[in-house]
Amino acid sequence: MTTITADRAPMAGMKVYHLKLGMWVFLLSEVMFFTGLIGAYVILRFAHPEAFGVPGEVLNVPLTAFNTFVLICSSVTMVKAFAAIEQNDQQGLQKWLLATIVLGASFVGVQAWEYTLLFSEGFVPMAESYHAIARGAAEGSEVIGGPLYGATFYTMTGFHGAHVSIGVFCLCFTLWRARKGAYTAGNLGGVEIMGLYWHFVDLVWILLFTFVYLI
Amino acid sequence: METGEEHKSPPYMMVFVVLAVLTVAEVLFALLFTGLPKFWLAVGLIFMAVWKAVLVAMYYMHLRFEPKRLWILVASPIPLAIILVVVVIREF
Repeated sequence: MTTITADRAPMAGMKVYHLKLGMWVFLLSEVMFFTGLIGAYVILRFAHPEAFGVPGEVLNVPLTAFNTFVLICSSVTMVKAFAAIEQNDQQGLQKWLLATIVLGASFVGVQAWEYTLLFSEGFVPMAESYHAIARGAAEGSEVIGGPLYGATFYTMTGFHGAHVSIGVFCLCFTLWRARKGAYTAGNLGGVEIMGLYWHFVDLVWILLFTFVYLI
Repeated sequence: METGEEHKSPPYMMVFVVLAVLTVAEVLFALLFTGLPKFWLAVGLIFMAVWKAVLVAMYYMHLRFEPKRLWILVASPIPLAIILVVVVIREF
C-alpha cells in the first residue's frame, strides 16, 4: 500500500506537496525543451528528406534497442527503490538506487561508444558528406550529403545523454544521502522526485528512439 | 483519485513486461514492414511509442494516482507541442 506521509502532505490548490509540484513544473519546461529539439528534427526531415539517411543504414538500431532496454530496466530499479523506502527498507533502497546508477551509467557508456563508432564512419555533427558504412553496402560508400542529419542527431541525443549523466550524478547524491539515513518511510519526498526526473528521462528516450532510430 | 488516499502498489513488473514487449514490437515493426508507406510506418511506431510513454507516466511517475488537476497541468504542453510542429510543417 502507498501511504501519504506527513512530509508529502498535499497543499491547497494543486493538492500535491511542494517538492513534487516543483519537479513536475520543471519537467514540463523540459517537455518544451525537447519539443523544440525533436520538433525541429521532424520539420527539417519533412522539409529536406534528401538530407537525411534512412536510420537503419546509418545508425546502429540493434545496439540502441538494447540501450533502450537498459534504460527501461533502470526505470524499474528506480521504482523498486521508491517502493523499498515506502516500506522503510533502507537496504533495499540503497541496493536499487545502486542498480539504477549502474544501469544509467551503462546507458551513457554505450551511447558514448556508439558515438565513437559513428565518428569512425565519418558521421560527425557537421559533416558536409560522409561515407558511413551503410548496413550491407560496400565499405566506404557515401550515404548522403549535408550537415542537417548529423547536427540534429547529435543535438538531440547529446542533450538527452547530458540529462541522463546529470541524473546519474543526482542519483549518486541520493544514494549518499540514503546511506546517511536521510530517507525513511516518513521522509521520502527526495527519493520520489528523483524518481520523477529519472522516469522522465526514460520517457523522452522512448520517444527519441522512435523518431530518430526507427522512423 | 484525490491525494491523501491510500492506493494499492502499482503493477510495476507487469508494466515493465509490457514496455519490453512493445520495444521489441517496435523494432520488429520497423525492420520487417519496410515496404509499408512511410506515413503508416510512422503512425504505427508513434502509436506504440506514445503507449509506452503513457505507461511510464501513469504508473512509474504515479500520475494515475495523482489529482486530476495535476493531469491537466502535465497535459498542458502537449497541444502546444502539436501546434508548434504542425504549424511550422505547413510552411513547407
